[in-house]
Amino acid sequence: MTEDTADTDRPPRFLSAGDTALVVEFGETVDPALNRRVMRLGEAARRAGVAGVVDLVPTFRSLMVHYDPTATTRHALEETLRGLLGEAGTASAAGRVWEFPTLYGGEAGPDLEDVAKRTGLTPERVVELHAGTEYEAYMMGFMPGLAYLGIIPPELELPRRSEPRVRVPSGSVAIATNLTNVYSLESPGGWHLLGRTPVALFDLHRDPPVLLQAGDKVRFKPVDRAAYDDLKRRVDAGDTGFAPIQGPVQGEAGR
Amino acid sequence: MSGLRIVSAGFAPTLQDFGRPHVQHLGVPPAGALDPVALRIANALVGNPPDSAAIELRVMGPTLEIAAEATRVALVGTGAPVEIVGDRKVEAPSHQSIRLTRGRRLRIGSLADTGVAYLAVEGGFALDPVYDSLSTYTRARIGGLDGRALRDGDLLPLRVDEAGERAERRCADRSWAREAGPARVMLGPQDDYFTADSIAAFFDTEYRITREADRMGMRLDGPALTHARGHDIVSDGIATGAIQVPGNGRPIVLLADHQTTGGYPKLGTVISADVPRLGRLRPGDALRFARVEVEEAEAARRALEERIARVVDRFVPAEPWLDEDALYRRNLVSGLAEPD
Repeated sequence: MTEDTADTDRPPRFLSAGDTALVVEFGETVDPALNRRVMRLGEAARRAGVAGVVDLVPTFRSLMVHYDPTATTRHALEETLRGLLGEAGTASAAGRVWEFPTLYGGEAGPDLEDVAKRTGLTPERVVELHAGTEYEAYMMGFMPGLAYLGIIPPELELPRRSEPRVRVPSGSVAIATNLTNVYSLESPGGWHLLGRTPVALFDLHRDPPVLLQAGDKVRFKPVDRAAYDDLKRRVDAGDTGFAPIQGPVQGEAGR
Repeated sequence: MSGLRIVSAGFAPTLQDFGRPHVQHLGVPPAGALDPVALRIANALVGNPPDSAAIELRVMGPTLEIAAEATRVALVGTGAPVEIVGDRKVEAPSHQSIRLTRGRRLRIGSLADTGVAYLAVEGGFALDPVYDSLSTYTRARIGGLDGRALRDGDLLPLRVDEAGERAERRCADRSWAREAGPARVMLGPQDDYFTADSIAAFFDTEYRITREADRMGMRLDGPALTHARGHDIVSDGIATGAIQVPGNGRPIVLLADHQTTGGYPKLGTVISADVPRLGRLRPGDALRFARVEVEEAEAARRALEERIARVVDRFVPAEPWLDEDALYRRNLVSGLAEPD
């Protein structure tokens, strides 16, 4: 997060990404205030049902609008989006809050000790800080179902690992810079692994497969091995009933 | 179950349709056909809707066996023939529909003239879509058959057990696949991360497609570009055709399987009318770029749509001897075919 809030108020730039997408750029930093403006425009455009729009992809600091150039033009689209900029509205219509049971440390969180050492905290304090904060999903990306969550307590900020892991198990709860995430699929990764949740953030047997969306709120709840194993068994047996503790349960909220 | 048996898969063929561009906000890459123009023409030849999934072939085609009463297929995008290996060996040309009966085997050899080709099947595949698409995205094991490329021994289930007899169709106009000239590029979204000299050099350079080319993107070989403002940005969205330039200055053109967001500056984006051409390129091929503005890009896309409609309108009946039965009769009479 930057201390410089100069660009949180400036009018957004409309940047071309070819003839099938345009970027509405509110700033160039990771900043919750910028992200709120991104989410507000995305929500306004979604509600307005803008003709020709294929998808609206919020990122930390910009909204990418994918569109069908045979159904609209760049000019018409930009005009419509500019008109929506002034619209008041909530950043997130979904208002979902998730609580992920998480087994911290041990083989589930192989970097917990190292993070404690490098931050000068005890492992217990690292868990307390990480699990004591409610995060917001600023954007999705990197892989299906992966949400970039923030902002973590400043005491936990570390750069990414210099040697990324070749294989990070799905469900791994990790931190890097001022963000945290849950790996939705097994993949290579350079974040510090604090723990693991049995909740499947991407599950082809569930409809829809992706659990989170930008704008959702997320908390992590430390659980012991027995509780983790119990939920893991249910998830592996096909239980797809994991639900937010607040907000709509079924399907993708508001879409 | 009616199906197409994959006797020999060739080079990792996948099912592809128009992909799932509407769920990029969930981090799901769009995937979809590298060359949607060839896909649409292949689908039209077998009477499918334009966005039906077909088998996308790269490098080396498969050998397939008809495990249904009758199946109509069309190979589009390559001049390689469909070799029918039965009691005797005959060849049917690409770019036309052919109807094959149970037990027939068809073989498609190496694709020497393109990076990608499509084998469409009348009625399509009896598989469950993921986010409304059958497109295979192997990195997350989504779509297609179990989320992976086809393998030897697979049975690809078909929706139609017996394709009816009708006059076969041929696509006589092949000019759409022979577009030459530079790929047209709109600057942005991060052209301001590059020096003016670098942007000028980009449009002056003849690049080569390297071997690091797959469904996700193509790394280009040419002089390195210079960043004016560093080579890291806070992640933003990615469009298909984006020309991303990482720290080493070597551009990568992002294709269908690109991630939805990324943290490298993107100098420009290949326009949608020219993206299908990128898919046809192979390692070693030359590629130049030309700068256009949005109005020209939109006009080019409209022209492409009109052109595809014209190509489909002008399908001609295939010569009767190209029907499978006629093909075999002719071979019996003339003795032209070589025994296996």
